[in-house]
Formats: sequence, structure tokens, C-alpha cells
Amino acid sequence: MSMPYYVAPEQVMKDRAEYAQKGIARGRSLVATTYDMGIAIVAENPSRSLHKISEIYDRIAFGGVGKYNEYDQLRVAGVRHADTKGYAYSREDVDARSLANLYAQYLGNVFTHEMKPLEVEILVAELGSGDRPDQLYHIAYEGTITDEERFAVLGGDAETITERVAASWKADWDLSAALKAAVAALAGPDRTLAPGDLEVATLSRGNGRIDGRRTFRRIADEELALLLA
Amino acid sequence: MGLLRQAGTEHAPAASASASAAAAAAALAPAPHATTVVALRYADGVIMAGDRRATMGNLIAHRAMEKVFPADRYSAVAIAGSAGMAVEMVRLFQVQLEHYEKVEGTTLSLEGKANQLAQMVRQNLPLAMQGLVVVPLFAGYDTGRGIGRIFSYDATGGHYEEIDFQATGSGGRDARSTIKLGWREGMGREDAVDLAIKSLYEAADEDSATGGPDLVRGIYPLVAVVDAEGYRLVPEEEVAERFGALVARIQAERAR
Repeated sequence: MSMPYYVAPEQVMKDRAEYAQKGIARGRSLVATTYDMGIAIVAENPSRSLHKISEIYDRIAFGGVGKYNEYDQLRVAGVRHADTKGYAYSREDVDARSLANLYAQYLGNVFTHEMKPLEVEILVAELGSGDRPDQLYHIAYEGTITDEERFAVLGGDAETITERVAASWKADWDLSAALKAAVAALAGPDRTLAPGDLEVATLSRGNGRIDGRRTFRRIADEELALLLA
Repeated sequence: MGLLRQAGTEHAPAASASASAAAAAAALAPAPHATTVVALRYADGVIMAGDRRATMGNLIAHRAMEKVFPADRYSAVAIAGSAGMAVEMVRLFQVQLEHYEKVEGTTLSLEGKANQLAQMVRQNLPLAMQGLVVVPLFAGYDTGRGIGRIFSYDATGGHYEEIDFQATGSGGRDARSTIKLGWREGMGREDAVDLAIKSLYEAADEDSATGGPDLVRGIYPLVAVVDAEGYRLVPEEEVAERFGALVARIQAERAR
């Protein structure tokens, strides 16, 4: 007969956090930063089809690191949330704050109530308009949500990468400078990253798609090489 | 017994006639109807145009209604029929195409979009039977084949690919005849826009539910172009100018 045993809640949470951190640390990191025309998001990702960065809505982008299947599920839920809200009310009623809160609650619930926490970190970026500034929401695996107005780093190596970005970050730098700094921060002093190792997207003011409302755009291949040169 | 039968006979028609009751209600409070829209293929893609009038019975409900919409970057949808249902259908269609694109990371094929719209028209069939018919026209630039393609619909959701051009709505017949007489393979953009404008002018000339150019208020048909660069509206000033030229041509021909 098995004996029921007691494990302190502190220990349970610690174990779960450790498990999630380990899972996230296995993957590559992601940097998001504001620049003069909007927000640039750069991720280390050699795959052309399995995206870490995606479009959620007109002015909202999504970034995920960690386990692909887990953050992709969150991405699809986010797109559905935004599209449903925009259809039921109006396009301008869709905002990143409510979406980030939704993610935070879901991640927090899974972390406390499920056996296995989600091994992901999520970025919700929103391009500002009018008097609203650009906003970057960083949601951690246990549901902690932080908002940044300058830059955000997601992933296992976040601390060192944050230091590198902070050292070079400038307000209102242009896209090329922002991308170069982000790529250098991701690579570190000992490595170099080629355009083929990167996934890059922007939310930018002045992206004219249909009527200029969808601001998300991927940057790849020659265009990316040109910006990083 | 007689009472029962009486009650029964009174009850039965009331239950079975709920559909016709709704139709009668629709007739009592007529909803705005949108009218003539046309689509035609030209050398680089397709042109889509629609007049701006919405009618409610014999009244004019709106003078500046928009009946041509971008469905997504490379396709356009134009509507004829019950305005409220049609505009809502377009809104949902736009959301569905964008939703698919974002979730799947790739856009639907042009045929996929046409099928999706057909399903929405078919879902509206019960309401169409009660008089709230929506008949869209769908056209787009097929990025795979590099050509413009046009799809027409009927109220049951049947959809048919058109070879060169199509028109629908109350003035559709007159508009179609006009295009038929002027259409040529490989037309340029200018000629195609002129032909679309002329077809709407002729339709408005024959059909009271189709609005012609409103010179007093400066309201002109909406004309959209979809080609390799995507959907865009022809600027209103250009449409006004072409209308001016068309009227001058017609006057000159009459004076001859």
C-alpha cells in the first residue's frame, strides 16, 4: 500500500518553475525594440515556416519562445480573440492590454493548477497611435506580466541579452541600427548570425496594406541582408 | 366538436404561415436594397464598379451607399440585394479571409475565397426565401496564374466562374448589355474603367433603382481595380472626369 506523502506548496512551485525555465532555456531568444517608425521584433529562428513572430491584429504582434506547439496554440487563441472582438465591436476596440491580461491569466492558471506548466514566454507588442505610446508586454511562464516602452527580451539567456541591448539602445534610432543592435545582442561576442538564422518582423507606421491599417510586415532575404549590412 | 375544429382550423395556418408572415412583415417595413454592380476582366486584372443608390420600395434610402469592398489584398466583393444582410455578409467575409491568413500564415486561393463566399450566401437561403436576398459578385487577381477572375452567385449559393464580365442587381441586365457591346480581349485599364462607368450610366438610364452620377452632390459610382499590386479605388476625381467625358461624347453623338 502506498503512503500518501506531503510536499510543501513552496517546493511544488519551485519545481514547476525550474521545469519551465529549463524548457524555455533550451530554445533560442527573442528581442523586441521600438525604433523611429514603430516596433522591430527579432528572433533567432532558422526555420522559414515555423514562426516565432506573427501578426495578431492591425497594430498588434505576437512573439513566443520555448515550446513551439504551446506558444502556437496561444497565438491562434490570440488571433481568434482579436478577430472576434474586432468583428463584434470595432477594429479600434482591439487592444494589446486585454490580450496580454488574457495570456497572463491563462499561463497563471496552468502554472498553479496543472501538473505541467507551459514552457513558454510570450510577447504582445502594440504599435501606438495618437497619444498612446508603443507598448511591449512580456508575459512569463507563470503569468507574470511586465510592460516595457523601450525594449523586451524573451528566452533563456534573457539577462545577458538584456544587458547588451540596454548598453546600445537609443531612442528613435532607425530600423537598420535597431536590427543590427538586436542581432548583435542575440549573437553575443562569440557568434555571428546570418540573415538565414533570423526571423524579423516590424509593426511600422506607414506600412500601406489595403488601406494602411495592417501594420505587421515580415522582413526577410535580401531586404534583411541589406538592413543588416 | 365544432368549437375544436374551429380552433384547429384557426391554429393550423397561423403555425405554418410563420414564413409568409415574416415576408409580409418585410413588405410592411421594407429594408433598403442595394442595386447594380458590375465586374469585368481587363489586361492586368479586374475592374469592379457599383452605383451608389439604395432603394426602399419606391423611395431612395441612401444616395451614397458603398457596394464595392476589398475582400482582402487581391480580391474585391460587390453586393446587390438586401443592404443590411449584404453589408454584414461582406464584413464577416473580410474577417474570415483575414483570420484564415493570420492563423494559417498563408492566404486562401482565389477559388477558396469564392467557395467560402458561396457557403455564406447559402447559409442566407432561409432569409432569401423570405425576401432578404443577397447576391454578391466576387472578383480578384489570381496571383498564381497572373490573371483576373470573376465569380457570380445566385441566392442558393450556386457560384459560377465568368469568362469576361458579369453584372448583377436590378440594373444588371442593362449594364451587362452595355459591357457586352464594348468589351474586347486585353482591354487597357482606361478603356475598362470607361466601359464600367458607361454600363452603370446606361443601367441608371433604364432602371429607377440604379443611381446615375449625382452632379449636384458630387456622388459618383465606386470603381475599384484589382491587379498584381492589389486592390485600390479609382480616385473620385478621375471617375468624375470620365463621367464628364462620357456625357460630352453622348451629347456630341446626339447632335450629329
